[in-house]
Amino acid sequence: MPDLLPFLNDLLSAPGLSGHEEPVARIIEERWKPLVHEISRSNIGSLHGLRRGTGPAPRPSVMISTHMDAIGLMVTGIVDGFLRVTSVGGVDARVLPGQPVTVHATGGGQTALLPAVVAQPSARLLPPEQADGPVPLEFLLIDTGLSPRQVAQQARVGDLVSYGTEPVELAGEVITGHTLDNRASVAALTVCLEELQNRPHQWDVWAVASSQEEVGLGGALTSAFGLRPTLAIVVDVTFAKGPGANDWYTVAFGKGPTLCLGPNLHPALVKNLKELAEQLEIPYSMEYAPRHTGTDAYAIQVAAEGIPTALISIPLRYMHTPVEMVSIKDIRRAGRWMAEFIARLTPDFMEKIVWEDKKNK
Amino acid sequence: MAEKLLIGNSQLKLLEKLCNACAVSGDEGEVRQIVLEEIKNHVDEVKVDALGNVLAVKKGSAARRLRVMVSAHMDEVGFMLVAEDGEGLYRFETVGSIDVRQLVGKRVWVGKDHTPGVIGARPIHLTTAEERKRAIPLDTLRIDLGPSGKANLGDRATFATCFRRVGPSLMAKALDNRLGVTTLIELLKNAPPNIDLLAAFTVQEEIGLRGAKVAAHAFAPDLAIAIDSTPANDLPTWDGEENTAYNTKLGLGPAIYIADGATFSDPRLVRHFLATAEAEKIPCQVRQPGGGGTDAGSIHREREGIPSISVSVPHRYSHTAISLARLEDWKNYAALISAALGRLSPQLLAEER
Repeated sequence: MPDLLPFLNDLLSAPGLSGHEEPVARIIEERWKPLVHEISRSNIGSLHGLRRGTGPAPRPSVMISTHMDAIGLMVTGIVDGFLRVTSVGGVDARVLPGQPVTVHATGGGQTALLPAVVAQPSARLLPPEQADGPVPLEFLLIDTGLSPRQVAQQARVGDLVSYGTEPVELAGEVITGHTLDNRASVAALTVCLEELQNRPHQWDVWAVASSQEEVGLGGALTSAFGLRPTLAIVVDVTFAKGPGANDWYTVAFGKGPTLCLGPNLHPALVKNLKELAEQLEIPYSMEYAPRHTGTDAYAIQVAAEGIPTALISIPLRYMHTPVEMVSIKDIRRAGRWMAEFIARLTPDFMEKIVWEDKKNK
Repeated sequence: MAEKLLIGNSQLKLLEKLCNACAVSGDEGEVRQIVLEEIKNHVDEVKVDALGNVLAVKKGSAARRLRVMVSAHMDEVGFMLVAEDGEGLYRFETVGSIDVRQLVGKRVWVGKDHTPGVIGARPIHLTTAEERKRAIPLDTLRIDLGPSGKANLGDRATFATCFRRVGPSLMAKALDNRLGVTTLIELLKNAPPNIDLLAAFTVQEEIGLRGAKVAAHAFAPDLAIAIDSTPANDLPTWDGEENTAYNTKLGLGPAIYIADGATFSDPRLVRHFLATAEAEKIPCQVRQPGGGGTDAGSIHREREGIPSISVSVPHRYSHTAISLARLEDWKNYAALISAALGRLSPQLLAEER
């Protein structure tokens, strides 16, 4: 198998903002092609790979799904050679000043990638009430270093702006960069597909890299409807403990993926995955989401007539900043966990996915 | 026409090397080594003083020569690791003036080996709208080297930014003042014969102009020129009103100081630079009088007083991860300073102030 890390670096270096996932979809398609039997796109940009199972037809199918879209910015105006922007997905404007970004400029025919920086105007150029605190997004500017004339020629309202921070490996098999949410999970799903090359599985497997998660879960919802899987497992990232994040719902960093329990997930599926992790001694921790999980699982569960869904997450520090951080081990663990689960799916597995309600006395 | 210093590919390469080096105030060794290596075959004398300044002399050949100190600070703003939380997490303090709002979400280089790390932030999902109206305070931020990362307390750190050229611009950390340092190295390599060039590559400018003070004492020059970099605050205002407080503007050439927060420039030197620019047809601008300060602030008050002036390259986003200057401004800065040095004669100081 080709190395995971260069692939992850390619994923992290590719644009692919919500609604514009094509650049990253192409990289994933390239890597998945030899791992699946069929590959296609949904009507709204999700990537679908089908790996057929060995069981008798009609076979049940499991959808393993991870979103590939990235948060970022979009140009709303051009002023004296500077760009004003709005956000695509959840961006905390406090992380933006001084960040390297790339403007995907469409004014010159083909899209030109312009390296740029987010400028925080000094207090004297801002409304008096904005002098001290964080400068809101509407007052930040993007500086491409080009002359106002060049900017007018190249940039257009609606152009995308992606984070420009390059990924780097840190001590202890850790990687940092932007968009590890959720390209780390794309890598985990790829690990799963690679493991399945040597593991016979009876069920069909739909590998999905979904679009538009960060702007309303549209990709996963429509893919689940179209593919109509018997079961779904979503892989996403979750909040690791670290500076600025030590609340009850944060989990240990680098100590294994998490399994989520809550109304978005089917309890029998959760139980099955939990028992499997214990049996295989895959380190994991439980995560509790009393309401919305904030992931594609929320949408997939209610697609069509409803789909039993589970959620595995990779602990990540500094989510939605350009310096997100994950443990590479956790990516591999999540991939292996799914592959082991899929390899154990028997034609009658759904008989186990039942409601184990306590009988009233 | 005086001999003018030209900025070409080899100067740009040197600037790149110097910008990518780390030299936080008080720990300038990495830049100092580059400077010493670059100048060693081009000077008559060189020494490193008690604070770490590099003091180099290139003698002229004219019979009556002014002894001219040209000062460029080597240090940059940055961080020092001051406490360890375990698992690769370090508390840090800022060195020099850095806006705390510029720290979050940045990559950093730590220590002499440029060990990579990051300054993270609480995920937006976990913050309230109320919380997002407040800046994230320094004492809650950490440098994270990864769980098995190791550094020493006292290590310095800088933003991890690699130099790049973009269209007509340069983007890098520490353009303040590697632009000046590169220029001073090149001046030593092409020194004019009419003066003794006393080159001071100074330390600790960003924490109080301290290196320049002792350098000026040691050199006891006839006059001094601080060559530095100054903010261009030439962005549009939020409401479209005219920006009247721009300090300097990119693209208008080097900025000549008449008055800043630390120095009233010697009027004879101001006239000399403006006259040089006009005679040599080099674009230049007068920096708007205002706050701030350069090495000239301590030099002009040293000994019995030293006639001083500052000349700077305008650049945006000073003291942040990515500052931005125009190559053309740097070229005109090098041309103006070298031409002004070449036109200096003892007569200048005999004029009325």
